[in-house]
Amino acid sequence: MAQAAAAVDDHGHTTTGISNFKVGFWTFIASECLFFGTLISTYMVYKGRAVVGPYPAEIFDVLITTISTTVLLFSSLAMVLALHAVQLGKKKHAIMWLLAVIAMGGIFLGMEFNSYLKYIDYGLTLGSSTFGSSYYVLTGTHKVHVVLGMVWMAVLIWLIARNRIPPAKAEQVEIAGLYWHFVDIIWIVIFTLVYLIQ
Amino acid sequence: MSSVGTQTVEQQHTSHEEDTGLWSWITTVDHKRIAIMYFVTATFFFFVAGAKALAIRVQLMFPEQELITPEVYNQFFTMHGTTMIFLVAMPMAVAFFNYVVPLQIGARDVAFPRLNALSYWVFLFGGLYLNSSFIVGAAPHASWVGYATLTMPEFSPGQNTNFWLIGLSILGIASIAGGVNFITTIINMRAPGMKLMRMPLFTWMTFVTSFLLITAIPVIGVALIYLGFDRLFGTVFFQPAGGGDPVLWQHLFWIFGHPEVYILILPAFGVISDVIPTFSKKPLFGYPIVVYAGLLIGFIGWGVWSHHMFTVGLGPIADSFFVAATMIIAIPTGVKIFNWIATMWGGSLKFTTAMLFSVGLVAVFTVGGLSGIMHASAPVNLQQHDTYFVVAHFHYVIVGGAMMGLWAGLYYWFPKVRGRYLSETLGKWHFWTTMIGFNLTFFPMHFAGIFGMPRRIYTYSAELNVDIYNQLATIGAFIFALSAVIMAWNLVKSWRGGEKAPANPWGAPHLEWSIPSPPHHYNFPAIPTVQSREPLWNDGEREAILAVTMEEPETEPVMPNPSYWPILLAASITLIWALVMTGIWWVIALAILPVIYCVFKWGMEPAFPEGH
Repeated sequence: MAQAAAAVDDHGHTTTGISNFKVGFWTFIASECLFFGTLISTYMVYKGRAVVGPYPAEIFDVLITTISTTVLLFSSLAMVLALHAVQLGKKKHAIMWLLAVIAMGGIFLGMEFNSYLKYIDYGLTLGSSTFGSSYYVLTGTHKVHVVLGMVWMAVLIWLIARNRIPPAKAEQVEIAGLYWHFVDIIWIVIFTLVYLIQ
Repeated sequence: MSSVGTQTVEQQHTSHEEDTGLWSWITTVDHKRIAIMYFVTATFFFFVAGAKALAIRVQLMFPEQELITPEVYNQFFTMHGTTMIFLVAMPMAVAFFNYVVPLQIGARDVAFPRLNALSYWVFLFGGLYLNSSFIVGAAPHASWVGYATLTMPEFSPGQNTNFWLIGLSILGIASIAGGVNFITTIINMRAPGMKLMRMPLFTWMTFVTSFLLITAIPVIGVALIYLGFDRLFGTVFFQPAGGGDPVLWQHLFWIFGHPEVYILILPAFGVISDVIPTFSKKPLFGYPIVVYAGLLIGFIGWGVWSHHMFTVGLGPIADSFFVAATMIIAIPTGVKIFNWIATMWGGSLKFTTAMLFSVGLVAVFTVGGLSGIMHASAPVNLQQHDTYFVVAHFHYVIVGGAMMGLWAGLYYWFPKVRGRYLSETLGKWHFWTTMIGFNLTFFPMHFAGIFGMPRRIYTYSAELNVDIYNQLATIGAFIFALSAVIMAWNLVKSWRGGEKAPANPWGAPHLEWSIPSPPHHYNFPAIPTVQSREPLWNDGEREAILAVTMEEPETEPVMPNPSYWPILLAASITLIWALVMTGIWWVIALAILPVIYCVFKWGMEPAFPEGH
């Protein structure tokens, strides 16, 4: 692409040498940090203010959450391998690893929703206490991000299957990866602050 | 100067390659056209919100009047503030970001042209959605700060507050997208040699403002999510009965709200930092210091939010911290004021309308800055909180600061946009009616406030003895309204019949003045190389640049395709948010499908014509 660009026709060129898409996406991630930062801070302030139970220590099952967290972490490994396969032009490998990302995202979501059902049984709902409100809105927002990431991966699979992402365009997958890793890292922060430090 | 004659000139002047039909505006991704749409829309909302201000002033002219019911009064002052901040001051600054920044840094467009169009359409639809609340008789009524518990269902039943929180959420999407776009543009799209410390101040302040946008808007985004969940899904974030705390709203709102103040003022500082050197024929005094002062204001602006909350009772240690931080922020602001004065000192000054508004800003903003330092002190603040003294203060900084700066920019850059000057005679009428009307409206409010007149009250008792201040303010408001009419008339008249302007009518130093007025749709035939901060003021450099920028290229540069996906995506985003009002989660979840479809089609659409 860069070779084809003539003197008048240089929209691929940037000041930093990094593509606009990547700079823009990092900027967006900076914005997301403030978004999750606000949600997490609220939870930290609010978890102890609940006037009625259940309280965090009574219901959280660290073992189950550790398993689901590990699954999500491994999905990031699959993401890295998918990108690597796209860069090498290995179409089948790329699709396989992206399917693995979606599958592990799905397992994570399934386990988390199962936990939600258990917590609701214990009486923790959106409106039961400040703990419930801030817990569900924080983790729910994270889950929406996971779902959107899975939709993104599905679109990438469709594109790769139709040969629309050759190695030269691997950056499209790289940026989806940036998003997926970011969502992962946010979960690690949530896991630490919400489940490990109760 | 018959209108027929100018028409003919106009037709000859219009570049032949450009389509000007309605569809071309709907699908445009050209930053210059998007800028014009931003400006026109923001000016429209300026009149809408101004009309509400006049109604408020008529109601308050005499004590114990009953022209407007308290409920309508609440809606009017709420929507006056909300509209003026989110639909006037912010988008009008964004209009200038759009037009000027790519030209100043030597770029053909912004980094993401379609995202730019999306920002505009989301802003337009969000603004219309917010104002549609008047049609159904449920306009927001809990003030532009929307404090819990006033916004809780038991005190604000009905859809009023839902319109407010959903409308602001929609507008927030436009702001974040805009922030991402301008940060990327300024980092990545600069002409060769345009180092960061050579960028014009307006571009610098756009850069700082964009960082404030992407960091401050998510915070109010989360606060609005909490508010929406409290109202529609029964959470207890701000419900004391469930352990929630209304003060959380105040913290989150002002953590956004104070950076927001700098989002409003820094673009205006940027404008006059370009205008004053031009009309003083001197480089900006202490350029690096002005840049660093802008950065410091943006940075410290994050640490002062609780000075809006001294009456909450956060305790002496918290209060002391925020008093100190607030007073410190006056230092970089004062540095800027002295730099502007020092730029004018010894310069050969030319008082065009743009310069008058810039000098007006320095004077009037300083008044607002001084009253700001007064209520930065917690004990003084306790006396002034929620009185008209505060109303006077923030109108001095927002109207006298942000708006006057943007009007300076209007007179400064209009010749570039249109190839014609705005009328200087009408411009001077605009300036002086603004100056007199504005000061007559807001200066007496200081006294009304000190004598105890509270804000947000639909009438007051004669025994308060504040009649005279209110009458002066009402007279001033009508003079100020006249100034807005003069401005609109000037815009309409000069758009068609203004005196022709050359490429660099003011003898200004920056790159935007190196190309024809109005610019080609591709801005620069070839990208010039920059060697200094004032490239057009250095003899050798100017000739080298003009040789590149003024030539007619044999083959035109390839520009991005027009697209209708931005407007469709904006419509589907607005729809999904509007459906939040129903409070039915599966309806909301289903409405995400058109959004995903539009994003997908957008992604599949080639951004540039085939073969590029």
